[in-house]
Parts: sequence; C-alpha cells; structure tokens
Amino acid sequence: MSSVWTQLEPHLAGVERPARYIGLELGARRPTAAEGAVSWLLTYPDTYEIGLPNQGLQILYEILNERDDAVAERTYAPWSDLEAVMRREGIPLFSVDTHRPAHEFDVLAFNLSAELTYTNLLNCVDLAGVPVRAADRRPEHPLVVAGGHCTYNPEPLADFLDAVVLGDGEEVVAEITEVVRDWKASGRAGGRDGVLRALAQVPGVYVPSLYEVAYGDDGTIAAVTPRHPDVPERVEKRTIADLAEWPYPRRQLVPLTEVVHDRLNVEVFRGCTRGCRFCQAGMITRPVRERPAEQVRTMVSEGLRRTGYDEVALTSLSTADFSGIEEVVEGIVDDPAACGQVSVSLPSLRVDAFTVGIATQIQKARRTGLTFAPEAGTWRMRQVINKLIREDDLYGAVEAAFASGWRRVKLYFLTGLPSETDEDTLGILELARNCVELGRRHTRNVSVKASVGGFVPKPFTPFQWFGQNTLEELERKIGLLRDGARKVKGLQLTWHDPKASLVEGLLSRGDRRLGPVIEQVWREGGTFQEWSEHFSLDRWLKAMADHGLDVDWYVHRHRTEDEVLPWDHLSAGLHRDFLWQDWQDALAEVGLPDCRWTPCYDCGACTGYGIEHVVASTTPPAGGSQGTGQDLSTADRVTSVPVVLRTSSLTGADR
Amino acid sequence: MSEAPAPHAAEGREPRGPAPRLRIRYSKQGKVRFTSHRDVARIWERALRRAQIPIAYTEGFAPRPKLSFGLALSTGYESLGEYLDVALRVPLDHVAVEQVPALLAPALPAGIEVQSVVALPPGEPSLQQVVTSCTWHIEVGDLGPSDVAAGVARALEATELPLTRERKGQTVTDDVRPAILDLQVLGPVTEVVAPLAPTATGTATALRAELATQPRALRPTELIAAIDPTWVVVRVTRLHQWTQAGGARREVIDLGPAATPPPHAERRAS
Repeated sequence: MSSVWTQLEPHLAGVERPARYIGLELGARRPTAAEGAVSWLLTYPDTYEIGLPNQGLQILYEILNERDDAVAERTYAPWSDLEAVMRREGIPLFSVDTHRPAHEFDVLAFNLSAELTYTNLLNCVDLAGVPVRAADRRPEHPLVVAGGHCTYNPEPLADFLDAVVLGDGEEVVAEITEVVRDWKASGRAGGRDGVLRALAQVPGVYVPSLYEVAYGDDGTIAAVTPRHPDVPERVEKRTIADLAEWPYPRRQLVPLTEVVHDRLNVEVFRGCTRGCRFCQAGMITRPVRERPAEQVRTMVSEGLRRTGYDEVALTSLSTADFSGIEEVVEGIVDDPAACGQVSVSLPSLRVDAFTVGIATQIQKARRTGLTFAPEAGTWRMRQVINKLIREDDLYGAVEAAFASGWRRVKLYFLTGLPSETDEDTLGILELARNCVELGRRHTRNVSVKASVGGFVPKPFTPFQWFGQNTLEELERKIGLLRDGARKVKGLQLTWHDPKASLVEGLLSRGDRRLGPVIEQVWREGGTFQEWSEHFSLDRWLKAMADHGLDVDWYVHRHRTEDEVLPWDHLSAGLHRDFLWQDWQDALAEVGLPDCRWTPCYDCGACTGYGIEHVVASTTPPAGGSQGTGQDLSTADRVTSVPVVLRTSSLTGADR
Repeated sequence: MSEAPAPHAAEGREPRGPAPRLRIRYSKQGKVRFTSHRDVARIWERALRRAQIPIAYTEGFAPRPKLSFGLALSTGYESLGEYLDVALRVPLDHVAVEQVPALLAPALPAGIEVQSVVALPPGEPSLQQVVTSCTWHIEVGDLGPSDVAAGVARALEATELPLTRERKGQTVTDDVRPAILDLQVLGPVTEVVAPLAPTATGTATALRAELATQPRALRPTELIAAIDPTWVVVRVTRLHQWTQAGGARREVIDLGPAATPPPHAERRAS
C-alpha cells in the first residue's frame, strides 16, 4: 500500500484549514487489507466539515472494518486550493486515514445527500485518476458506487455510476463486499461486466448500465427495460428490520478540527410516518423503527465518556415522537457523570408546547435558540402539505419558549408549494410577526429568524408530479416576504437562493439525458455548487442549452398520472397509487394523520417488506397535535379557498 | 514526572482568580501540527473531559471550560514546549497531579504529548503575562549556511530592522531588531522533515532564534521576512518558552537538561 503523504505534506501549510486532510480523528482506523480483501473508500463529495459528521458513512466505515474480508477508509472533496496543488503536483485523491491513493481501492463509494454535490462526485472520480464515465473504465479501475437519499433518482448520474444502492446500507455493504471479493478471487472473471451482472443480483443494488431507456415523441420516457433476463425489472430498496441490531456508530469519529454537527449523535429511530408531503426523507425511510430506550441510554453515556463531547443530539426525523423521550432526556441530563454540563439537542422538534417543555429541561446548560418548522404560513397550505400544525400550536410553543427564557426563535418555511397563493405566502410573515409580538411580552431583545426555502419536488413523494415554481415566481414571493419583513422590528428573514433551487429541481427529477450537462458543468469548473461563491446558474443554463434541453420542461412542468417517471423502475417501498392518492388529497386540502396511531393507509412500506413499525409505545405522544391526537374535522379550515388546485397556479402564476 | 517548582509571579501583575489550576506542558509534532490554535483548544477540552479531570466551567448561558493557553502556535509549526493552564472545580488536594499525565495520554491525538503537569499556587499570573520570549528552531529552504550566515550577520549588525505588518487592519512599520534576543546559524539540513513549504533541493539551513514576546511577539516568519523577504521558511519548531524569575531567564516548566530532545531526534507522530 502506498501513501501520498510525503508528496502532500510540504503543501499543506499553504492551504486553508489543512487539519481536514490529516486524519487522526478519535475513532479513525489505519486498516491493513488482508490478501484478497475488498477495500472501500467511503467518500463524501463535499468538504470535510460537511462530510465527516455524516452518520451513514460512519456506520458503514465501522461495519466494513469489522469484517475480515474488507477494509474501509474515508475521503472528502478537497477544497479548490488543495485541488489546484494536487493537479499541479500530480497528487491523486487520497484517503485521510492512510493517505493511500484512491485508485488503489476496489470501491469508491459516495454518499449522495444533495443534488448540488453531483459535480463534486465527478471531480473526485477524476482526481482519483479514474475515467469519469463508467463505460470508459477497465476491470482494474475501482467500482464507483453511490448510496444516500439522492440515489432514489440516480438517473442524472447513470453515465458515471457503476452501481447504486437504495435504502439502508448496513446489510447490503456486506453482500456487495462478497460479490467483489469473489470476483477478484476469480481473476476478475467476465471483466467489469462480470462483476456488474453479479451486483445486479443483490437486492437493493441498481446497475444503471444494465437498463435501456426509450423515449417517446413528446420527450417523456417510453420505457426502461433491463438489457438481460436476469436483471430485475424493478429494484427495491433495502430496509433493516431492527435498529437494535445495529448500534452504530459504536465509535463515532471525533474530528480534530471544527465540523458541522460537532457533537455526539445517537439515532433514536429511523423512518417517519408524519406524512409531510414535501418531505422525501419521511417517505423513503419508512417504516418507523425505534431503537430501544435502554440502548439509547447506553449509547449516549458510553459515547459521551468515550468522545469527551459535552453535547449529544438524539437524531431522527421527529425526535419528540420517540416513545419515552422525556425519561431518556432526563436520564442524560441528570446523569451524575455529566456534571450538569451536558446539553441535549433534538433536531426536528415538533411544534408544540410539549416539546418546549422538553427543551427547557435539557437546555439548562446551554440556552441558544429554539427552532420550529411550521413550513407554511396558513392552515390551508399546511393541510395541503400535511404539516398539521395549527396556529395555536405554534403560538403556544413560541409563548412557552419566551416564557422559559429563550430570546431567539427560528422558524423554517417553504414557499412555492402546490396551490400556494400570495395570501399563503404572506401568511409566513403574519406568523412570524405574531411570534415577535409574543416575544415582546417577555423580552425587549426578541429575535425571530424566519428562514424560507424554495420548494423542490422530490421523487417518491406525493409532490413528485408537481411543477416547481419558476425562478421568477420564487424570487417574486421572496420579494413579497422581504418587503414585509423590513417593517417588522425583531424579525430577520433569510432565504435559500432560488437559483440554487432551480438546479436542485433540475437534478432531483432529471433523467439520463442530464449526464452530459453535469459533465459539462464540471468540466467548465462548476464544482462545490453548494457554496454560493462557487455556484453559477449561468453555467447550468448554458450546458442545458448546449445540449438542446429545456429547463422549463424538466423543472416547471406538472407531470400526469400516466407519465413514466425516470425513477419508476426503482422502489422506495411506496405504492405509486398511494402517492397519487395522497397528491389528490393534497390538492383537496385533506390532511392525513400519522399512521402509527391510526389505521394503515397501505402506503406499502410495511407490507412490502413484511415488517411493521417498531414503536415501543402504542399510544401517541402527549401533547402532540401534528396528526397525533388531533380531530381534523374541528380544525378551523379556510373555506373560502377552493378545494382543488386552481388552474391559475398551474399555468398562470407558476409559469 | 518532575515536580518542578512553579515560577514566581511577575512583579506588578494582578493575580488571577482563586480557582485552583494545573499548568500542563506538552509537545505538538507530526501531522497534528496542521491543527489550528482554536482546534487545539477544543482538542484539550475534550481530552480533559475524556480523562475525567474535574475542570471548572465559566458561568452563564454558555458555560465553557476554563482553559488558558499561552502564545498561540501558528498552524503548521511544531513545538516541544507548549503550555496550558486548566482551572479546576475542586481543591488541588483532591487531584493526584502526578497521575494526570497518564490519564491524559490516551485521551490526546497522536502527536500531542504531555511532558509535565504542575499545580499552580493561587494568584500565579497567566501564561500570557509570564512568558517574555521563545526560542525557535527555524529552517530556511534551498540555501546554504554561508548565505544564511551572511544575511543573519547583516541583520544583527543593523541598528534598525524595519518590518511592515498588518495590525488591526492597518499597515504598521516598526523596528523588530530589539525583539531579536539571540540568533545563530546551526548548520545545514540534508533532509527537511515536518515541512511547511516545498523545497527544490530538499535541503535547508537551520537557525536558532530567541525572540521576545513582549510588548509584541515577533514571529519566526516575520523575523525571516525582516532579514530577507526572499527566504522561504520550510520548518519551524518552538523549543522553549521563557519567563523571568529573580532577574534570570528560566523555562516556564523546566524538564531538566536531558528532557528536551533535539528537534531531529524526536519520535515522529506520523
């Protein structure tokens, strides 16, 4: 095994934050591969600061390194200053663990969590010295594979990925390791095609090159067909049945330099059945699988002791829903070993006074700010998106927060939602303004921060058929909010760049024809597109135009029920007719309560895998209103708004 | 572990609060030298918690461990003499000071090693106050000893050595000659280790410099820039931090004559 360290070392003092390239984290391995073992380079295609905390990669890092027939190391996208040095000096992409060149690994495995990192994936493959197009790779080149939420529509990256993994990675990495190990042992029998055909037999693994895509005259997909009889027509996602069997990461990495989410993270459950219709994570990770409270307690106390962190996040898509959350939180805060210095953070707090009560209890040590996500400004809009929070819930939560001593409250909203009117948009301002007023009763230094993102429809959600708002429309709506927010003292408005939302929309629902576009943007220098100083919409628009592709058609067009979507040959376990019905319910402004505590809607997530929600408590959590104990019929519905999607928003304001 | 007597308080300085404190001397070498001063502070916070040292915290909404570092070491420099003061939340006689190094060793990353831990008497001034100068090992790349010696001689003979630096957004030129307390050419280096910059020949010339830290610290790169701006610094190691005691200069925590290895003989962390 070689190392690029001596080549790299003299240049590190000349780049920004060199500590991100040295490894040495607590929990890092310097594995030595046994003869015939499969070596994985786990790659997050963005900076170390963003990528290191990724729990998915950390879990796989441990699981693979526990095997006798596998080793795993890690890498992240080098920042542009180091990339320039690497290209000038001929230094290839390397692992941070042993500084081994990337091309010496058998598998380059990428986590894809954001569309705007796609060009970084190409850049990392190229820096590794591996051909970016899968078709140009030879048997001795590493396999380029990807997992993560974006892989539910991997089609825009089909030209570049050898294989794609859908769903939970814990079990499937072992199966992939075995296939690659046996292929290597066979002298790489059948060449690259040999191993790809074998991988296509592994449930949850999709090999894009083994499928033929045919297009109709109208530009939509006519059919996606396997090229061989043994290749499955539809690839189902992988789901682990019991989180308790996977208490990972056991040895969370503790970096030497500052990263995002720099704290102990303990996943308390996976999956979500709140049913927020805009939320891809909530749809594709079903069913709900809770970790036993006792295991959570052990992972927290051992993790804090091992890492020296003074903060632990209990992670999930809605942590306040965890059965017995109060007892778990109390146990952490009152643990004598914590000396009163450990703070607990609960990302994705539900919006109600109950959660503020928990927050008050756990943030004794460190009281920063509280974040709520009402997502939309009016009850009508929240019924459309199935985020069933009533205004009283929000005001109750905010009132409780200010009464308990918080001075800063952050609110998350989406704009550009299906059927959204200006009244809905401006409702965001109304909610935020009222929160400022509530705060004034308790403190003069009230700060309410409203963060607004342009809605990007995602595959495998009920909104996958919805035409995204145009750039002009999103900018107009943000303008409305900005004008209004200026007049409210104590209210700060921030927003996600609608230009970035446009590219996210293009990639999230794009098809294979976008491959050359991504490649061109990358070749013209378009890396680190998540970073505003590197992002350029013009580069994307030019690449689309150069390849004769219509941005409007891809991003802003409403899809019909019978259209073959680019990801229809993949499955997140959800029945397509469930999603379509939920889309129709959305347009009819009909909310859908959480199925953990109501009868099954047959979305397909449980029945398809023969498993059920693993929930310790059969009763809904106390105080919750978001689809838990709430009687929807008594909700004060805004009857003046038509119950169907208005055509004006389909063809008028949106286009 | 040597139980060196604590240095005497400098005259005319306000004593710090009553919290009992430990003073830790440590080294920073190898890959870990690329961590920043801020990074090192966080590494220590976690290491102290991992080792279950009963550290004191600040009051208020955002309590932080009460740690106090000496003069920041630039990212990329190595050191054989770094210091850190740790406030405790328990009286000193509750802590087995001699056991602290062994507790900390497994809690620190490769390349950061505890050399000594002493208990500080109450009222002892801070590291920032007591340290008056530092000794540095500096290597200048792709130059022979005679070239370097000529430059050094010119600099030492000069009555003034003006250097233009940025200070709080303003460009300031001042004379750094008084901050050079000692400067010697050690000789040629045939293979640069722990490099800060590439060399064409792989060779360098080593210098040893004692530079004042008060009223304003002169950094090794600033020294070299003042001597000859074309010289390239390819390695820097801090060897000592000095304080004044009874009119004489002494190391803040002296490890004894044999305890400080020469910079070329140290155990590499990478």
